[in-house]
Amino acid sequence: MDDSKAIFLKDATVNAADGDQRAFIRKALGGYYTNRDLQKARYRDWERARDAASLAKWSAVNDLANVLEKFVTNFERNGGVVHWARDAAEARAIILKIAEDVKAKAIVKSKCMTSEEIHLNDALEKAGYGVVESDLGEFIQQLRGEAPYHFVFPCMHVKREAISELFTKHLGTAPTDSPEELTMIARRHLRQLYIDADIGITGANFLVAETGQISITENEGNARLTAALPRIHIALSGIEKVVNHLDDLSVLLPMLATAGAGQPMTCYNTLYSGPRKKGECDGPEQFHIVLLDNARTRLLADPEQRDALHCIRCGACLNVCPIFKNIGGLAYGTTYQGPIGSVITPHLRGLKQWNHLSGASSLCGACTDACPVRIDLHHHLLHNRRNAAKESPTLFDRVFHNGFNFVISRPWLFAAGGRVFRATLPLLQKLPLPYMGAWMKTRDLPKAPSQSFRDQWKNKNV
Amino acid sequence: MSDARSDILARIREALKVKAPKPHLKGEGAPGKTSTVAKPWLPDGGDTAEHSLIILAEQLAKLKAVFIRVPDHAAAAKAVAELSASKNWKKVAYHGHDLLRPVAAALSCETWEADASFEKQRLEGCDAGITTCESIVAQLGAILVSSASSGGRALSILPHVHVVVAEASQVVPDLGASLALMKARHGDQMPSMLSFITGPSRTGDIERILVLGAHGPKELYLVLIG
Repeated sequence: MDDSKAIFLKDATVNAADGDQRAFIRKALGGYYTNRDLQKARYRDWERARDAASLAKWSAVNDLANVLEKFVTNFERNGGVVHWARDAAEARAIILKIAEDVKAKAIVKSKCMTSEEIHLNDALEKAGYGVVESDLGEFIQQLRGEAPYHFVFPCMHVKREAISELFTKHLGTAPTDSPEELTMIARRHLRQLYIDADIGITGANFLVAETGQISITENEGNARLTAALPRIHIALSGIEKVVNHLDDLSVLLPMLATAGAGQPMTCYNTLYSGPRKKGECDGPEQFHIVLLDNARTRLLADPEQRDALHCIRCGACLNVCPIFKNIGGLAYGTTYQGPIGSVITPHLRGLKQWNHLSGASSLCGACTDACPVRIDLHHHLLHNRRNAAKESPTLFDRVFHNGFNFVISRPWLFAAGGRVFRATLPLLQKLPLPYMGAWMKTRDLPKAPSQSFRDQWKNKNV
Repeated sequence: MSDARSDILARIREALKVKAPKPHLKGEGAPGKTSTVAKPWLPDGGDTAEHSLIILAEQLAKLKAVFIRVPDHAAAAKAVAELSASKNWKKVAYHGHDLLRPVAAALSCETWEADASFEKQRLEGCDAGITTCESIVAQLGAILVSSASSGGRALSILPHVHVVVAEASQVVPDLGASLALMKARHGDQMPSMLSFITGPSRTGDIERILVLGAHGPKELYLVLIG
């Protein structure tokens, strides 16, 4: 068994049995459900809005080369510098080179999952730069030395007592059990760091081809500060984040906030087009963007699952997923957790090693219903299962599927098998079945009907 | 060796040789091409100026932003002066603008025209920043500031309180109208930063409990004239 699968199974088993933690996560998400429903009710037609959002992303993703080139032309016209990275190593090298060129010392970052994907902090720290995450949740996770638990709510699993202890240990502050006071501790600590940093690194939620702007969505104001105070601004973005028109944002920005956090719009939605312009009193001297592929083109090449690139990373599918709520975000062992992570990780990191995530689903479809851009998430999990069975079938796949195939394609054998099964069912009810112990503990086998379905159908007039 | 740009673009073009079907649309009828057409399925932004103002007031209240409507410029200056006195502000930053100079002049505390001699450490020490804005979106209670019209990037985010002074005529019904207005006003010379501010800075990162003032302003006031 692969490591990633073994770790997943172990963590999932432990976490699913942790009733306290599960109750804590459910409570934390309680307010989200209420607010999301209240905000959704303000839409005069949420389904039409989903159509428009999904069409906006579809149009860009299915014309990606042209739309990206248009974005790049306009971004450069605004005075920004564009870098292309085929993979994580190239992206890290580009950012390290910029840091070296501008003789940076301190770097402040706002939340950017793509930087988690390429393990940027490790690379920067190894090269001797001080890197501080400024998003409160990311800051807490950085101090904990732990990956984000949820790609929108990074430390939603951590109780306030643990955060208080963490701050006491690292920042020397007095213990408190007030979320407000804890937030203010981080605020005071980070303010000076924005002012002192040479480089601000952000992500991007959307790249607007029409105007060459990047759009950043946030609530805390840390991305605003990160892009305002340091003299260099570097944005790191996946190539799939591009949209055609500025007006697409009039649909996508509110929907991102409503689906992801139950807000009408997040506090700050900011468009950047270049470094400080003539006549402006502040802002960075240089503005760089790193456009990252890192196997996104592999997902693009699969037309069946291409719509997974429409994802706007709102996190709605995590918030409604029964698996996520029970096993938690860390068990996935991926940059992107929950249903969307289970769909795309096998494409980004290899199907053979990550196919077990396709089974991390009850196929209830809650994720697909929640997705503001209509990604067919739960079917894609099935597609991955099918593709994995095709690509490298397990012994079980081979024996079971070939056996099933052999029987089902011979009606006489199927009928004979049915007769044997009906006759032996009462016996099976008394026997402990191999591999089925946990399932059968709380369930009984049904009573066998006297006739097969085909016989019943034949005699239906009777 | 081919460069990363042409490699990635070639990979994309190769991948897109196989077409993907258009998304399965479930709403009534397909949406038109998204180019600043009205979107009667998004949240309502009001169809008259007064209706928009009512929606705006509701939205701002829900966001915990404070909405102060005044009849004229003199009343705006008075309202901000009273606010400053009640909150005991010592230092207030603003930017050089006709709408703001009389407001700053009416304050009894220390004032500083921050865009004339920008200094980030000094700005951080200010109790409040006063700015104008590009437009106000009734639909969402969002205030659009820009680096061109709101004293740069930092003035509306670094001081602990943000006060926006605007004219009622700057209220637009929805986000689409606000973006269209920016294109009409700036063309392809957009300010380097446009930011929709929707309520005071907030976080829910600790146990999903709402706390205002995470990194940006803890309080947001909109003083609307007319």
